[in-house]
Amino acid sequence: MAKFNFTKILSILTITFIPNTIFSAEQIDPIKVDWSFKGLTGKFDRASLQRGFQVYKEVCSSCHSMQYLSYRNLGEPGGPEFSEAEVKAIAASIEIEDGPDSQGEMFTRPGRPSDKFKSPYPNVNASIAANGGAYPPDMSVLVKARPGGSNYIYSVLVGYEDPPAGMELDDGVYYNKYMIGNKIKMSSPLSEGIVEYADGTEASVNQMAKDVTTFLSWAAEPELEERHRTGVKVIIYLILLTVLVYLSMKKIWSRIDSEI
Amino acid sequence: MSKEEKNVNRRDFLFTASYTVGAVGLGAVVWPLIDQMNPDKAQQALATTEVDISNVEPGKSITVLWRGKPVFLKRRTPDEIAEARAVSMDDLPDPQKDEERVKEGKDEWLVMLGVCTHLGCVPLKDKGDYKGWFCPCHGSHYDVSGRIRKGPAPKNMEIPKFEFVDNNTIKIG
Amino acid sequence: MSEHEYKPKSKAGKWFNDRLPLLTLGAHLTDYPTPKNLNYWWTFGGILTFCLLTQIITGIVLAMHYVAHADLAFASVEHIMRDVNYGWLIRYIHSNGASMFFLAVYIHIFRSLFYGSYKSPREVIWIIGLMIYLLMMAAAFMGYVLPWGQMSFWGATVITNLFSAIPLVGDSITTWLWGAYSVDNPTLNRFFSLHYLIPFLILGLVVLHIWALHVPGNNNPVGIDIKKPSKDTVPFHPYITIKDTFALLLFMIVFAGFVFFTPNVLGHSDNYIPANPLVTPAHIVPEWYLLPFYAILRSVPDKLGGVILMFGAIFILFVLPWLDTSKVRSAVFRPIYRQFYWIFVIDVLMLGYMGAMPAEGIYLVLARVGTVYYFLHFIVVMPLVGLFEKTDPIPMSISEPVLTGGGAEPSLAKKDNGKI
Repeated sequence: MAKFNFTKILSILTITFIPNTIFSAEQIDPIKVDWSFKGLTGKFDRASLQRGFQVYKEVCSSCHSMQYLSYRNLGEPGGPEFSEAEVKAIAASIEIEDGPDSQGEMFTRPGRPSDKFKSPYPNVNASIAANGGAYPPDMSVLVKARPGGSNYIYSVLVGYEDPPAGMELDDGVYYNKYMIGNKIKMSSPLSEGIVEYADGTEASVNQMAKDVTTFLSWAAEPELEERHRTGVKVIIYLILLTVLVYLSMKKIWSRIDSEI
Repeated sequence: MSKEEKNVNRRDFLFTASYTVGAVGLGAVVWPLIDQMNPDKAQQALATTEVDISNVEPGKSITVLWRGKPVFLKRRTPDEIAEARAVSMDDLPDPQKDEERVKEGKDEWLVMLGVCTHLGCVPLKDKGDYKGWFCPCHGSHYDVSGRIRKGPAPKNMEIPKFEFVDNNTIKIG
Repeated sequence: MSEHEYKPKSKAGKWFNDRLPLLTLGAHLTDYPTPKNLNYWWTFGGILTFCLLTQIITGIVLAMHYVAHADLAFASVEHIMRDVNYGWLIRYIHSNGASMFFLAVYIHIFRSLFYGSYKSPREVIWIIGLMIYLLMMAAAFMGYVLPWGQMSFWGATVITNLFSAIPLVGDSITTWLWGAYSVDNPTLNRFFSLHYLIPFLILGLVVLHIWALHVPGNNNPVGIDIKKPSKDTVPFHPYITIKDTFALLLFMIVFAGFVFFTPNVLGHSDNYIPANPLVTPAHIVPEWYLLPFYAILRSVPDKLGGVILMFGAIFILFVLPWLDTSKVRSAVFRPIYRQFYWIFVIDVLMLGYMGAMPAEGIYLVLARVGTVYYFLHFIVVMPLVGLFEKTDPIPMSISEPVLTGGGAEPSLAKKDNGKI
């Protein structure tokens, strides 16, 4: 007898939602990287986060803003966890405009940990004008704003190639294997040894791409480690309570079932 | 113990355990809902304020905003300091020496939160019976050291954490 | 409603109860006779109550930190995610909670469709339920606009433009909805206000929904009327409360899985790009729970026609109790309807899938077929099957086997009893 049952629904769901390939007509799937922060108990690699911040600071930040982060975030748990002194030094190395002072004038002062990351341009229009008509997107939540997430960002960073034969590219447009539409207005930002890592890690393009993507993933989801930790606890708790309630339910209903 | 009783015991244990574990979970859920109203991380990290005091004449005061509250910075004259120190502790509802309210060697500078300790109004300067401050809301009188002398306020005005960066700059916070 | 008069034990209780019979109400809810053969598909009423309360509580909290201004909304959401204590947790519960709410409501609706819970004497319960569903869609849509990302902005643009299909006054209505000449800050402000209001309207309707339910009592998997209280019923507490709690906990495990481990999988990544009136995203899709209706909208090549059909797809549900001509409630005893029921389920799922795909080629064709079938199911299948179908024998009571022998399994009633 057909009943309103779960297996039936599951099988219908599986048939209905067969994996689709419509969007991948021109563009290939991003490279799958084995990130340390994926999975139920995933955590960020601190050293990689710190190196990634260096890449962001020395390479990306000349065009890309990161306006929702503050320097203090760099020292918070679950992030790159720079020491308090390091955070202060990082902040102090940036000139921040403040004011107005008692005379009504704006002035600059060294940054403090409570300041937001300084944007390279005063506003969006200025950034578009300075970058040949393309807006370098704010990087605060960039990883969450792209369908492939971390894998996609990493893939684009390492996906620069010569265009296939017959493809004409305008000036200031570059070919990228993984970019949606394959055309990108940012020239390949990373090149061998463009930064010098303090910890002696070799600054290969792949290494830098991995580090900076890790950093951007943290920037987009600074709560990730706490979220994973809390999640594991919550689920264990719920399972425990479910078992207790299940046994209680059996007990209570046994009063009825025995009558039948 | 009969089988029946054993059953009853197990049932009681089960129900007690379920209720207890459920209550613990409920408590754990309530905390984030309460804590979200506490000052957030941006508030906690709020910047310190640096004040340029080079233009303040003796006997004058300036007011700056720090953490959303006014801070009075008063450069006192030698007479005022002497007067503040001459007061007997017995006359004070909240006894505190003037020396404890200023930085040593910088006796002329009184830096305090300009908030009446009664119900949070901002007292008016150079008013009241003690030549200090007077709170218009409910009539509290403070002296030149910011100590409560008369009225409903229970405490002296609070001294925030501050330091002299150099002779012309005070950092509050 | 209650068969027996409730008498408070204490004097104070009696004094209060004479003036406001809250204790009588409490006793009624506790003792409410419920069919004992309800299966787990019946636990979604309780789960939905949980969903509504969760959304209201987390929503009130979020409103303490959110700023409804076009220039600040996106930043305030980031502020919640980064700085507010547990802000990320509360926001992820709220955003995933919307999806869980719809998941539960769809199971609840399809349960009703299978067991004929919409039929006499429960038509009013059904209609109030549909009103709740409509308000849920309005609340969800306006809530999705609040983060002011790209999908927020363009979703708001597309949905509000539906009203411009109305002849003569359409454009004026759309402008009036916007409070501007496009979706803009005034739109965001009023959406926030209404988004805060609607859940409380829903709460009021839920009270009516349950009140209307308690008049005839619950339907049950066998679909027959039962005497209450009788051997076929159990008091709501503790039997149903404990069972609902157990089902709710299982539901919460799934819910927690989304919140803690894939909090953004049900959303769209474009909504993490701030709203930009100059650029439309390549693929605008609504949230998953609205996709079937979106597919119906797009399958019509005429603007007004598409809008009419989309709203028609919902409003036809309001007259369903009168389109269904069968005397038998539960599909368990309706062999023909049962087949059509599953075809209808597949049709709605397929429409949902087509709604997520680009409206072109084979997808468009399938969406059109699905749309036609959707309406055929209600206008043709429901009345005709009810008239011509030979139903299986129905048991006299849920504790007793089938009266007349024949094809049905006599063990059915027993089997359902055994299940808790």
